[in-house]
Amino acid sequence: MATSTATERGALTHPDVEQLSDVNRDVLKILSKPGKGWWILFLIASAGVGMFLGSWAWQVYRGIGVSGLNAPVGWGVYITTFVFWVGIAHSGTLISAILFLFRAPWRQSIYRAAEAMTVFAVMTAGLFPLIHVGRLWHAYWLIPYPNSRFLWPNFKSPLVWDVFAVTTYFTVSAVFFYLGTVPDIAAARDGSKGLRKKLYSVISLGWRGTDRQWHHFGKAYIFLAALATPLVLSVHSVVSWDFAMAIVPGWHATIFAPYFVAGAIFSGVAMVITLTVVMRKVFGLEAYLTTKHYDAMAKLCLLTSLIVLYAYLSEFFMAWYSGEEIERTAFWNRLFGDYWWATWIMLTCNGLVPIMLWFKRIRHSIPALFVISIFINIGMWFERYVIVVTSLHHEFEPWAWGIYRPSLTEMGIMVGSFAWFGFWFLLFTRLLPPVAIAELKEVLPPPMRKRTKEAHS
Amino acid sequence: MSADSKGFLASFDYLDSTVDAIENLRKAGFKEIKAYAPYPEHHIEAALGYGQSPVRVFTLVGGLTGAATGFAFTTWTSMDWPLVVGGKPIVSIPAYVVIAFEMTVLFGALATVIGLFILSRLPDLKPSVVYDPEFSSGRYGVYVEAAAERADEARRILDAEDPAELREGEEVADV
Repeated sequence: MATSTATERGALTHPDVEQLSDVNRDVLKILSKPGKGWWILFLIASAGVGMFLGSWAWQVYRGIGVSGLNAPVGWGVYITTFVFWVGIAHSGTLISAILFLFRAPWRQSIYRAAEAMTVFAVMTAGLFPLIHVGRLWHAYWLIPYPNSRFLWPNFKSPLVWDVFAVTTYFTVSAVFFYLGTVPDIAAARDGSKGLRKKLYSVISLGWRGTDRQWHHFGKAYIFLAALATPLVLSVHSVVSWDFAMAIVPGWHATIFAPYFVAGAIFSGVAMVITLTVVMRKVFGLEAYLTTKHYDAMAKLCLLTSLIVLYAYLSEFFMAWYSGEEIERTAFWNRLFGDYWWATWIMLTCNGLVPIMLWFKRIRHSIPALFVISIFINIGMWFERYVIVVTSLHHEFEPWAWGIYRPSLTEMGIMVGSFAWFGFWFLLFTRLLPPVAIAELKEVLPPPMRKRTKEAHS
Repeated sequence: MSADSKGFLASFDYLDSTVDAIENLRKAGFKEIKAYAPYPEHHIEAALGYGQSPVRVFTLVGGLTGAATGFAFTTWTSMDWPLVVGGKPIVSIPAYVVIAFEMTVLFGALATVIGLFILSRLPDLKPSVVYDPEFSSGRYGVYVEAAAERADEARRILDAEDPAELREGEEVADV
């Protein structure tokens, strides 16, 4: 059924995928027996989840005092990691919704993995405020419900906005993810037997790919994408306002919303690279994740890295130019104070290392991109650490300055959250088609009987 | 359709055959046509003469409901127990825009999904005989229902496009 000649195929996004049914064969193969590599990763992740839950249980048992949080640094690794995971989530929505609206032809192969990453990253992020508040059994106080004291949440507080933003984001991205997967679960259903078939029959909702279903699905998907696009921008803006609405020097800046959104996309695309490079290798998806895809993602990283670097520099410039002594001291302290190493890690990983992406040879080398993406992930975690900790430990009054050191429990929860995320992501790659089957077929040339006659328009 | 009508299910390997079959069936006056595709194919939708999907009405109504709920709820709770916070007015519209915006998106998205489910009749878990697992892989399908006296004509039109498989039966699908 190959319909084009070899030279014509060179121009396509997926030159090595010859016919529509190849996609089903290659993608559904991933769902069969897991290999050794998957089991090793899964065991490591499960052990990490044990550490995560164990550390958290210890904190619940002993109280928040087991963390290093104390005056003046009341926000530490937990809030840092919360912002980190929310940021990771954002590029998933960027790739699935914004690039969908812009009809970017390279999103199809990666968007399912990116979207799953979004859902699991928001799920992970959502735990951190609960961990951070200590008495998590009181967390429901954040939800507006009629209570005996007639008290309502303070809707003027950015922290309440955050509750609404993050829960909406989780709901919408989970719905978007699930809905987009339905036709592919149907494909998995048609290619499986036994218990799996029963499971897929139910969760595919009886999808049959009829004209009526596709017609309404297509429209619903566009509207969901159109709603998710401003949502993703709003969520990280609201997260940034958690900081920017306070008068703490180093936080109180109008640049924060766009600066955070750019940083979120920067770190998220890097995480997509990290995850898909491993997936491509383990599952043999070379025909679907080509250097074209990585080149496009690397360019996105480069662009957002420049925006983030610009934001860093303008913050330092504004601190100097404002002539405000406290603002100047705060930023001097950032570069040369107690946490100078964190700031320099941030500047190196997010500003210097991505300069390599200007070179096409680097963008086309998948091992190089993998290494750079890990540097970016580290750098972006430290960016949030710098913002949260260096600003708080050195506020206005010298007698109120202090040093914060994360405790072992905090580190256990922080490192464990990566395992928790990986645990769900690994399960996802086995249970749901990790590459979008139906959408990939949209960018393949349709099989035509009459080569000469153009398709009916 | 009467009980003695016949259903034909043709599977095609090629998109142009599928589109031609649908167009010829429609030209011949067949109304009960259903098409299957492994991915959203706008040529098939065009051949079947689809217009705008009413999903957008659900999205709009859901979004507006969300915006109204967001503003109404924040305003009402502030009035319910008036407290001056941060020197701001009791009802601070700029602060509530954030809540109203999030509610707009939440309600709009959920209404879109409800609309999709209603319009495309999902979930539909009863097993259907008018289906072929190939339709989620690499083949297109056309199902047509014809009255007994026009059955031959329908079969001829489908056969002319060289289907990979042509099934016929008494079963009547809900088109």
